[in-house]
Amino acid sequence: MSTRYAILMAGLAAVVAVLFVASLLIGPAAIGLGDSLAALFRGEGEMVTLVMREVRLPRAILGVLVGAALGLSGAAMQGLLRNPLAEPGLIGTSASAALGAVISIQTGLSVAFVWALPAAALLGALISVGLILLLAGSRGTTLTIILAGIGISALAGALTSLVLNLSPNPFAASEIMFWMMGSLADRSMVHVGIAAPLIVLGGLITLSRARALDALTLGEDAAASMGVNIRALRLWLIVGTAALVGAATAVAGAIGFVGLVVPHLLRRAVGARPARLLPASALGGGAVVLAADIAVRLIAPDRDLKLGVLTAIVGAPFFLHLILRTRRDAA
Amino acid sequence: MLGCVHRSKHLIAGLALAVGFAAPVGAEPPRRVVSINLCTDHMALLLADPEQIVSLSNLASDTHSSVMAEEAAAYPMNHGLAEEVFLQKPDLVLAGQYTARATTSLLQRLDIPVAVFAPAYSLDDVRANLRAMGEALGQGPRAEAMIARFDADLAALRADPTPMETRPRAALYYANGYSSGKDTLAGQILEASGFRNATAEAGLTSGGFLPLEVLILENPDLIVRGARYPGASRSEEILAHPALRQLGGEVSREILADRDWICGTPHVLTVIAALRAARHELEAGK
Amino acid sequence: MSALLTLNDLTVRRGECPVVDRVSFAVQPGEIIGLLGPNGAGKTTLMRGALGLLAHEGHSSLTDLAPGPRARQAAFLPQEREIAWPMPAEDVVALGRMAHGGNRAGDQAAIERAIERMGLEVLRHRPATQLSGGEQARVLIARALAQESPVLIADEPTAGLDPAAQIAVMEVFARHAQEGGAVVASLHDLGLAARHCTRLIMLERGRVVADGTPQEVLTDANLARVFRIRAHIEWRADGPIFQALSVISP
Repeated sequence: MSTRYAILMAGLAAVVAVLFVASLLIGPAAIGLGDSLAALFRGEGEMVTLVMREVRLPRAILGVLVGAALGLSGAAMQGLLRNPLAEPGLIGTSASAALGAVISIQTGLSVAFVWALPAAALLGALISVGLILLLAGSRGTTLTIILAGIGISALAGALTSLVLNLSPNPFAASEIMFWMMGSLADRSMVHVGIAAPLIVLGGLITLSRARALDALTLGEDAAASMGVNIRALRLWLIVGTAALVGAATAVAGAIGFVGLVVPHLLRRAVGARPARLLPASALGGGAVVLAADIAVRLIAPDRDLKLGVLTAIVGAPFFLHLILRTRRDAA
Repeated sequence: MLGCVHRSKHLIAGLALAVGFAAPVGAEPPRRVVSINLCTDHMALLLADPEQIVSLSNLASDTHSSVMAEEAAAYPMNHGLAEEVFLQKPDLVLAGQYTARATTSLLQRLDIPVAVFAPAYSLDDVRANLRAMGEALGQGPRAEAMIARFDADLAALRADPTPMETRPRAALYYANGYSSGKDTLAGQILEASGFRNATAEAGLTSGGFLPLEVLILENPDLIVRGARYPGASRSEEILAHPALRQLGGEVSREILADRDWICGTPHVLTVIAALRAARHELEAGK
Repeated sequence: MSALLTLNDLTVRRGECPVVDRVSFAVQPGEIIGLLGPNGAGKTTLMRGALGLLAHEGHSSLTDLAPGPRARQAAFLPQEREIAWPMPAEDVVALGRMAHGGNRAGDQAAIERAIERMGLEVLRHRPATQLSGGEQARVLIARALAQESPVLIADEPTAGLDPAAQIAVMEVFARHAQEGGAVVASLHDLGLAARHCTRLIMLERGRVVADGTPQEVLTDANLARVFRIRAHIEWRADGPIFQALSVISP
């Protein structure tokens, strides 16, 4: 089991590495393989270096970071709520983070103070996770989680649209799509700088709770009697996932279903243990978002096809399948 | 993508060529003209007698969108709603091709003559639009005089001894990575000001999305950025991308605001002059 | 011998009303204590209060301990047999070692002992969620055993099990007690309690109404008052035989 897990993790890491390099090599400007790498590592060719280091590299780094954040937060939320349908996109966390981000941009806070953007997104995510736990209870049934999620998503989405529609900027209203569907187009090292520290911090917080999540498999009373501080666990996981989803959404918009599909696909392979699912889902999420971001560039190189469109097309059928299975299990 | 569509309406919409309306020969000129489109507002302001105009669209007096906001402020404004326009009892409504179809068709069913103008995609369209507007307003001679002056001024601006090969290359770059190739009003304005169009050389002939990395590899001498609107948007963030800043000190500049490009009126001459001045500055610096 | 668990005037309130009312008793090594009482008597609340899972007044010796040492002193088997994820049975059992952390070899030995004691060898690699209710109960008991805490607190551990499995569970408890531990288990099956417990504590509306050997507690008067039943009990040399007969109308 342990060696199997090590092999799985190494395999996932290799897939992420390959996709990362592929992401660097794919773009609308045709640059040869050798030129790309020479520019990236040795700075040969002034303009090509600029493209590689300032346009493609941040996009690839953000692909890994955002994907890891989404996969990890999905696995953590599922562990906390003990429900495979919990996912930041579905339960309104991403939408609420987007609302926070939009408010900080439209009030000008994010210009005045660079950390305002991720901080506001984090706050939005924090409020929504808190609301979900309040509405769905500590062990969310599928029905209450999904219903609470629909309510929170609808409210956050409507408020996001409202804020953007009221903006004096003529482009703002057309950006509802970006905030709902997400994209990594034209991101820069500035965005990496904004998102990376929070994602790393949220990741460390979440991963440090892995063993407690294992114990929670047997319910809160059993876990508490095994020495887990349930209240602290819940608090840390709320903060951790809010940091992950907030930072990811602040720079890339709301990308749905990654946190649902990735843990679902990997759960069997890690023996269903939440502690092992967390790091595996982080790698898996990175791979999925990198792959999706490569795909949108290959499918429609001349337009900014949104990442969330692709992840939803793949992820929504999974979601429906999971609902069907949950119903069958309940019967 | 939505942003791009939005852009294209906004930017290329120089407004041209009356479609679906012909003033009856020998008819009385209209006395109560209502314009419900920014560009028809401008042309009406340029060509109509002040007492012909009943109202202009609300955008006409918005300083962010309109280069004639001051002139327009003297007139009542409308919001382009059929009911509101109908109650003003117009004998001619001026509309753009992208004005809400429901509004124009409703007005037509109420037997109100509507002149619909298509956007100007070229400098020729500017002339054609002025001519059509002159006819619609019964101000033909005034329109012809304006066209003659426009042609003379344009010829003067174009006159330049610098051979094409040695002229600097420029690219127009707006929010959402939108750019304009040769077959656009903006592209023709750029060309008339004596620049080579780097966007066109990158293979984009009409208006559309130009990936940032393609723009960088084209390495133009000047990137004419759209001025930023008030408030904030993610669409405009690309204009402040670190890669653009690293292209070098003065390469990327805000020379003009979007309102300068929106409509194809003789105002484009001012734009050409400004770009020409920027080119001379560049050439002097070399 | 010192007590493994002591409760002094333990009171748990829901709102104003005490659900557990000034309960005091001490648990000695070797004891198998059956908590008896009709539904709503406060058995589950008493166990959760004693473990510090609920806010309470009075004193429980367990809540003096920090969470880690507390888990090494007492293991808890909740009534809900919840296993959220399809983990292999042996991984579920291994969760019992949470509070020990560190000693890999020691952990593995404890896990193997628990698996062997609950007869889970053939099930150990199966996903626990795919096992039958009785098998899941055995896996969860094995988890509590792997915790190797002297006190084992079990909330209706025999509910829903077939007769053989019920007896097997009580025998596992007996062995745990023989080895110097103690068991506190709530039971609805009075016959099982009479035969397998060394001591019974009967609760009524949160209060202890009887505490002693099965013979002292399972009297006609107590059964009539607390359970409102008449029963036939035969105290034989090879253990008591209990049969409930009829409900006493109020």
